[in-house]
Amino acid sequence: MNQEVESEKKLPPSYSLPGLFWILLFLVAPLLIVVFCSFLKRAPTGGLIYEFTIENYLRALDPIFLTILFESFQLALLTAFSCLLLGYPVAYVLATLKKPWRTVMMILLVIPFWTNLVVRTFAIRQMIGDQGPINHFLLDMGWVDEPIHFLNSFGAVYVGMVMNYLPFMVLPLYVTLEKFDFTLFEAARDLGASSLNIIRRVLLPLTKPGMITGFIFVFTPALGEFLIPDLLGGSKTMLIGNLISHQFLKVRDWPFGSALSLLLMVVVIVSLVIVQRTWKNGPRSSLG
Amino acid sequence: MLELRGLRKSFGESEAVKGVDLKVREGEFFSLLGPSGCGKTTILRMLGGFEKPSAGEIILEGRRIDQLPPHERQFNTVFQRYALFPHLSVFENVAFGLRMRGIKGAEVETRSLEALNLVQMAEHRGRSTNTLSGGQQQRVALARALVNRPKVLLLDEPLSALDEKLRGQMKGELLSLQRKLKMTFIFVTHDQEEALTLSDRVAVMNQGIVEQVGTPQEIYEYPRSIFVANFIGASNTIFGDVSQNSENEIQVSQTSKKNFHIRPSRDGLRPLPIVQNGARVKIMIRPEKMKILKSHPSNDQNFVEGTIEEILYRGPHTQFHIAPKDGLGSGTSNLSVMQANSAITAKKPFALGEKVFVAWLSEDCVLMGDEGALPLPEEIQLQKTAS
Repeated sequence: MNQEVESEKKLPPSYSLPGLFWILLFLVAPLLIVVFCSFLKRAPTGGLIYEFTIENYLRALDPIFLTILFESFQLALLTAFSCLLLGYPVAYVLATLKKPWRTVMMILLVIPFWTNLVVRTFAIRQMIGDQGPINHFLLDMGWVDEPIHFLNSFGAVYVGMVMNYLPFMVLPLYVTLEKFDFTLFEAARDLGASSLNIIRRVLLPLTKPGMITGFIFVFTPALGEFLIPDLLGGSKTMLIGNLISHQFLKVRDWPFGSALSLLLMVVVIVSLVIVQRTWKNGPRSSLG
Repeated sequence: MLELRGLRKSFGESEAVKGVDLKVREGEFFSLLGPSGCGKTTILRMLGGFEKPSAGEIILEGRRIDQLPPHERQFNTVFQRYALFPHLSVFENVAFGLRMRGIKGAEVETRSLEALNLVQMAEHRGRSTNTLSGGQQQRVALARALVNRPKVLLLDEPLSALDEKLRGQMKGELLSLQRKLKMTFIFVTHDQEEALTLSDRVAVMNQGIVEQVGTPQEIYEYPRSIFVANFIGASNTIFGDVSQNSENEIQVSQTSKKNFHIRPSRDGLRPLPIVQNGARVKIMIRPEKMKILKSHPSNDQNFVEGTIEEILYRGPHTQFHIAPKDGLGSGTSNLSVMQANSAITAKKPFALGEKVFVAWLSEDCVLMGDEGALPLPEEIQLQKTAS
């Protein structure tokens, strides 16, 4: 058996060259430029002065910016956990549905991707705006006297983020759950496990890879998100993503923007390492 | 000890189990044998508590248990694909059932190791289950099911995922384990050979009902329905009408010249059934109980004349397909005859197209009615006393 698998067509390494070239050209090279840039000085007009400095990094560690980073981190974490809590039952139901229904629900889940993120976020804006259907409903029912200002708040950004990232959590979870062998439930019940124990000792440990993947898929982009906070958070919400995009697009301070970007990258990498470490060797009693 | 009474199970429109009554004795190796979709797995699942019966009762030692959840039944199951927990080590798989029952500390270790020792897997206790071979996984599944010391062990086609050689080995181990523990085993299988070699008793199932319950010998030597005769082993069928009927012999005739005789078997397993003169019947004879002769047998013997159409060498024996000269009374099928390979058969080999005679003993026939089994004298008596 094993030999068969090993002797199965192995592609020559050269086949990976086009992809490798692509990554080098459009990921590694720009990254190096950013690193290079972060050690330069900004010209008063917004250009670059080719002189070495670590000033940008020192500035990035200013408490104001660290607070922004910390708040962004919190929001990303909150988004990822909310998506996990909301997405797990959805993925579970999807994976256990019968064939035709499963396909229908799957399509429903993916449909939002056919619409542009900006359009979707604007739709949320309309929905929760002062003149939106929700406020209309509340006013008509006489529950409130004047519209509630949902928009331009942390809550609005949070709703938008969860809304947007939920499918990124559901899909990897679905993939893991679809492969899940549900006779393990019967085996556990046969051996006397309660429903809670079945979830805790069988389902969750075995679907952990899907949870980790989903978490990374949501947490990483959520940490750098700037469009949703821009559209739903107004001027009150400044996240690290907004801050960086400001440096490049408005303030034209490329070196500082580069330094902030690299700082964000370090935070992401460290978080992911922690996630991998702690979740992979989660509590598991082993004897013998 | 364990009793199934009028057990039924429907899934929507279709009825998978249509009223099954069975009694399983303590310490018995009991098999449910039948083709796929016959309801045997559904019965096992009802025993395990994974399905609720639509009607009927399951009684264990005088207590009705069919409404209880799985863990209150003192039954444990070995699943078809083992269903081992892939995230747990061999030891933890076995210890799972103990931990779930709130057993802690040193007892978990001693009892798990004891169960692993039973199946010779103690030395692999630290390994991950997906690095084990099929046979080893099978053993861990057994140990896991045995660790809670169930009253009844349910086995759902546990050997079907193994290759031929391992299956033979595991069969032996399963049997010695059952003898050692004196535990009641209920074994579901579609493999007649497994059922015959392992079981104390077998229930043959077809389309949701039990066709016959008996020891492997009873089932094989005296099938009580056409289905059982054909499902377990092969049978040759010869059609005819009853022409003479006495206490020790029944004569079946195809034509006025061609007569066959049927006598009860000497071991008493197969008494003569009750049948009227003139009734249309089937004579069923196992292929290995027929003999091929080159010369004409005496006319009082049971025999058929024919031509060898095919010779299949099968190692321990050779299978011959013989086209009967005068047909078999109905249909067009050939006779199948098995002959053990030995120096005797090798001395005078048969050739394709050769004209031969196929003979058999009158004690080796099973007489069957046209529609199904014929009643036995004792059964008639039972019916009379009942009414």
